[in-house]
Amino acid sequence: MLKIKVTDRIDILPRHSFLSLVFSLAAGLLAISLIFLFSGVNPLYAIAKIFSGSFGSMYGLKETVTKAIPLILIAGGLTLAFRAKFWNIGAESQLLMGAIFGTWVGLNWGPHLPAAIIVPLMFLAGFIGGALWGLIPAILKIKFSINEVISTLMMNYICNEFMTLLIVGPWRGKTKFGFPYTDDLPLSAILSLIPGSRIHYATLLVAVVTVIMLGIAVYKTRFGYEVRVIGENPDAAKYSGIDFFKTTLIIMAISGGAAGLAGIGEVAGIHHYLSYPESISSGYGYTAIIVAWLAKLNPFYVILSAFFFAGILVGGDAIQISLGLPAATVQIFNGTLLVFLIMGDFFLKNQLTFQWRPKRN
Amino acid sequence: MEDIIISVAQRTLIAGTPLLLGTIGEVICERSGILNLGVEGVMAIGAVTAFIVTFVTGNPWFGLLAAIVASAAISFIHAFVSISLQASQVVSGLALTMLGLGISGLVGKPFIGKPLTQKMGTWPIPVLADIPIIGPIFFNHGPFFYMAILLAVAAWFTLEYTRLGIKIRSAGENPRATEAQGINIYRIRYWCVIVGGAFSGLAGAHLSTSYSKSWIEGMTAGRGWIVIALTIFALWNPLRAIIGAFLFGGIFVLQYLLQPLGIPPNFLAMLPYISTLLILFIGALWDSRKLNAPAMLAEPYRRGDR
Repeated sequence: MLKIKVTDRIDILPRHSFLSLVFSLAAGLLAISLIFLFSGVNPLYAIAKIFSGSFGSMYGLKETVTKAIPLILIAGGLTLAFRAKFWNIGAESQLLMGAIFGTWVGLNWGPHLPAAIIVPLMFLAGFIGGALWGLIPAILKIKFSINEVISTLMMNYICNEFMTLLIVGPWRGKTKFGFPYTDDLPLSAILSLIPGSRIHYATLLVAVVTVIMLGIAVYKTRFGYEVRVIGENPDAAKYSGIDFFKTTLIIMAISGGAAGLAGIGEVAGIHHYLSYPESISSGYGYTAIIVAWLAKLNPFYVILSAFFFAGILVGGDAIQISLGLPAATVQIFNGTLLVFLIMGDFFLKNQLTFQWRPKRN
Repeated sequence: MEDIIISVAQRTLIAGTPLLLGTIGEVICERSGILNLGVEGVMAIGAVTAFIVTFVTGNPWFGLLAAIVASAAISFIHAFVSISLQASQVVSGLALTMLGLGISGLVGKPFIGKPLTQKMGTWPIPVLADIPIIGPIFFNHGPFFYMAILLAVAAWFTLEYTRLGIKIRSAGENPRATEAQGINIYRIRYWCVIVGGAFSGLAGAHLSTSYSKSWIEGMTAGRGWIVIALTIFALWNPLRAIIGAFLFGGIFVLQYLLQPLGIPPNFLAMLPYISTLLILFIGALWDSRKLNAPAMLAEPYRRGDR
């Protein structure tokens, strides 16, 4: 009978990492094709449509860059949290809190201030909103050992309702004819775009600078070292005098804050007012989880993997229109690719040897 | 007044039923040492499968069976990735949730808004159903409710008092020692994940064929995550899960009760999620030392490791 022996791979070369990545993505796409096939959708047509919709035209490319902006920010923050094995699934609502805080500043102070002052203030408010919302699960986990996966998720649901409560109630705009939207941000608070696109370059710049700083923090500072130790060996972290509580708070303030920056960027750059949570964020907080994973929790790689998944989001919109598929289709992409990426990690970390032994009678 | 009490109590039990079914499944799974965060997705798969099969065949029992098979099948992915490949159970479970929500959205799209005419009806229990007040509250339900209660008791008995239960628990507490006894850890854990998934599928089937009799995308509405919180609240005990599930059923019903009082509906919709946090919080305050979580929960196990 066939015997499979699993041993640790001792020398993981860059070549191995690259191959495992390529194979994982290829196998993932194959699996997605099968799902499409069984659901009565022509997989070749659907996948071709997704990639041509996102990377195949100038318009598609611009949209892909636009959607990569929030993903870079959120996934950058998540690499930090996930390195410390803090499973922050709440980026979706940290984004929304950032949008809420930032919009409040923009609406209330914007009319009296020039762009050079109000825009940084809004980003600051967005960061604070996301960071505060992100600190709650951190405190709950460290002080009350409440599982962060559940608490961050519950807070996503709570924030969704809270935001809807705001826009249908006290924040409903006077100029919106009764629709559940806030008023438009004043002109000084609106980010300018690269002409002919929806790319709000100020946020893009913030995003790229953020991940570069995160990359430096992770690989070159004592803080980055502490984050790694907390994730890999919490006991060692305690004995080596790392302040668990403080470090986790910083991690979640940054992770939540980065998502908050993405939130205010979306409002000030694209929507210009708050509306239903689903239209402010099309699941960026969840997609960013896979972006971070594809980047192997390396903040520098996040830019590339965010671009890839932004492409899938844009392509997903394209097939929704041309094939009449539901929005959830993108989730199939995300889920399947994530499964295959973690499978790939197994084959990267382990060496399999096959031995054929004839059966003894 | 009596009518109102009866109807509120009845609806509480109905709303709690899918939570109970899901929690039993997650308790079984976690007792064997595997954390399954995919409940939300598996529930959605169960719901959409049960709905489509019932809609097409006209028989809700076929729908129920199909839901069990489909949700067990998709749970197999989590079993393979987290047991055989020893991957992070958190990430694998999240992937399962995305996959389940995605696939259910895709295959369920043509069925959105179609009403289900066939239903299982209620099964009044002879004699008991005639007791005033208590009869209509507890003994005049559809089959899912009785099933959930019986399964909870059966799961509790199996886990606590049978050889199989000891094997499952020791797989979660000390897999190495268990394996030394000649017990196949992988096989136990695989079965627990798959059976746990089947329970989530049952919960989904209840949602789409009995609770609301229609399919909409995302109809599980976070119940899968509440189930995971309830598992902790129940301290991994299926009997205690009964209390937790119906407590939460009550919170779902409370939303509709309070609406006429002029409280904004969006605020009421937060209640189940706030309560989940609250329940974990209270749990952490009173029991933090003897939480009795399976010792090796979410720790990957590799055969033959020293």
